[in-house]
Amino acid sequence: MGHYIVRRIMIAIPVFFGITLLSFLIMNMAPGNPVDMLINPNIPKEMLELKKERLGLNDPLFVQYVKWLGGFLKGDLGYSFSSFAPVSQLIGERIGPTLLLASSSLLVGILIAVPVGVISAIHQNSKLDYIMTGLSFLGTSIPPFFLGLGLIYMMGIELKWLPTGGMKTLGGTGGISDIILHMILPVTVLGVTIAGKKVRYVRASMLDVLQQEYLRTARAKGLSEFIVTNKHALRNALIPIITVVGAEIPLLLGGSIIIEQVFQWPGIGQLTMEAILSRDYPTLMGLNLVAACIVLSTNLITDILYAAVDPRISYN
Amino acid sequence: MELLLEVDHLQIAFQTDQGELISVDEVSFELGSGETIAIVGESGCGKSVTSLSIMGLLGTSGSVIQGEIRFNGSILTDCTENQLRRLRGSEISMIFQEPMTSLNPVIPIGEQIAETVRLHQNKSRKEAKAIAVDMLRKVGIPRPEAIIKEYPHALSGGMRQRVMIAMALICKPKLLIADEPTTALDVTIQAQILELMKQLQQESGAAILLVTHDLGVVAEMADQVIVMYAGQVVETADVFTLFRAPQHPYTQGLMKSIPRLDQHKKEQLFAIPGAVPSLKEIPSGCRFHPRCPLAVGRCEEEQPELISAADGHRVRCWMAGNTEQIFVNHTVEVTV
Repeated sequence: MGHYIVRRIMIAIPVFFGITLLSFLIMNMAPGNPVDMLINPNIPKEMLELKKERLGLNDPLFVQYVKWLGGFLKGDLGYSFSSFAPVSQLIGERIGPTLLLASSSLLVGILIAVPVGVISAIHQNSKLDYIMTGLSFLGTSIPPFFLGLGLIYMMGIELKWLPTGGMKTLGGTGGISDIILHMILPVTVLGVTIAGKKVRYVRASMLDVLQQEYLRTARAKGLSEFIVTNKHALRNALIPIITVVGAEIPLLLGGSIIIEQVFQWPGIGQLTMEAILSRDYPTLMGLNLVAACIVLSTNLITDILYAAVDPRISYN
Repeated sequence: MELLLEVDHLQIAFQTDQGELISVDEVSFELGSGETIAIVGESGCGKSVTSLSIMGLLGTSGSVIQGEIRFNGSILTDCTENQLRRLRGSEISMIFQEPMTSLNPVIPIGEQIAETVRLHQNKSRKEAKAIAVDMLRKVGIPRPEAIIKEYPHALSGGMRQRVMIAMALICKPKLLIADEPTTALDVTIQAQILELMKQLQQESGAAILLVTHDLGVVAEMADQVIVMYAGQVVETADVFTLFRAPQHPYTQGLMKSIPRLDQHKKEQLFAIPGAVPSLKEIPSGCRFHPRCPLAVGRCEEEQPELISAADGHRVRCWMAGNTEQIFVNHTVEVTV
């Protein structure tokens, strides 16, 4: 197993550098540049040129990339073109809230999807099943920003039960309960979206397992239907779900860009949006690095988890 | 001999998209404790369904609609699910055909065996584990202390079937139902498993209901034989009578279909013409008549009852007693 993990990490390294190169090229192909985005017509053209020269934007792309790579290898991600703060500091401040939001949403999504999918499969083709698959279809179909706006209007503006945005009450003392209160709406939106997609996978996987002969063996031992379902069937049904959940994590980070805008969540989603709009190359590269790390490591963790829960899989 | 299991005019139906289908009809037999009875027949004749109905494991679509199953003083067909569950695994247990798919792939073997003990005998985890190790040793599994930690995929087919047997016999059931226990195994392993079942039966005194389509297994194991065709019992006799003097044309056909070493090389292996009818189109009269070389007009119109041909030998055939020597001239000479 250890050997396998080392090999996977060794393979991930060139992939990682490939990602940085590609994203650097694509980013530079986008129209405009950081200096043009400063949009202040009062600044004379010569000043802009000087600025470009100072930021190194007139160098050939290759030189720019190598400069960035050199910095990165020394642990320096550079400075933001728009706020002039170190990129590592910008990301460091924002990554916490995003990880908090994403992991809570994933947890909520799974906690909804697994029981709903299992119940739906056990009562296949019953009214209950139709209602549950119908709701999961609804959960998948509603765009998250729309659900978010709807919830903000209902819970925040009409009923005034929950804060409509941010992570802490402005001027408040903060504290865990305040953060949790602010999390309810965005986590609900992302959780519902995730659950909607996952219910079908859990249901299909469970239906498949319910056909298996070892469940008949379990029943023939005199085990109750509850144990047969939750011990013998569920353990098998959850194996393929691990892959699906693993594949969800990168999508979740993408999805949180929009949700963070809707709920003014101070995470990397907002930072990404700002960086794209101002063509803030160093910040964008830093964010790409984070995304690449998350995708590569979730893939690896998924594969390792797969072997951990399914005794038939071994990587030796 | 003490009567253990009585199946009395059993009729089982399944709810399907095409309506209710009668899968087993008019099945009656008796089994004494310590005895072995074999149910033989082609695929789809209702032998597995009959055995599952004794366990009450027909699933949601199947049910016993007529007849009774009596076991050791209680009427199983009247029992609630909870009462049946207390019997399953302790008084009546079952071995299935496919040892590959009948064990849970993600639960260690020891846990799968010990689970039954803990459920029925109120033993602690540790005691149950010790009992499981003992039982595995009894069924001939080497290094049982190590094997209980293994998962099913690490064992061969024969070993897995031994695990299934250990699991079935761990609570010393009075009745063991073995549904094609050797079909999925190599021939050499088959003999070992049958030998093991016999030996354990002698030690425990359990009755065995053996479901199979292999007449070799029947000859090896059974005291009594039930031949089923299209959901009905067509012949029942003790094993010697059945092999020496089969009365029903279907039984005779089955006997003739066994390949023999002393058979002439140029002789083609015999097969009963036609196929088992589907449940949707059960023939009128005798269910075997479309495939029977002896069929006369009456066979098509009237269904024969199971009549006594000799002591303990019963046949469902209008021609019973006059069926000797049929099929003999049906073999085909093949020129090589």
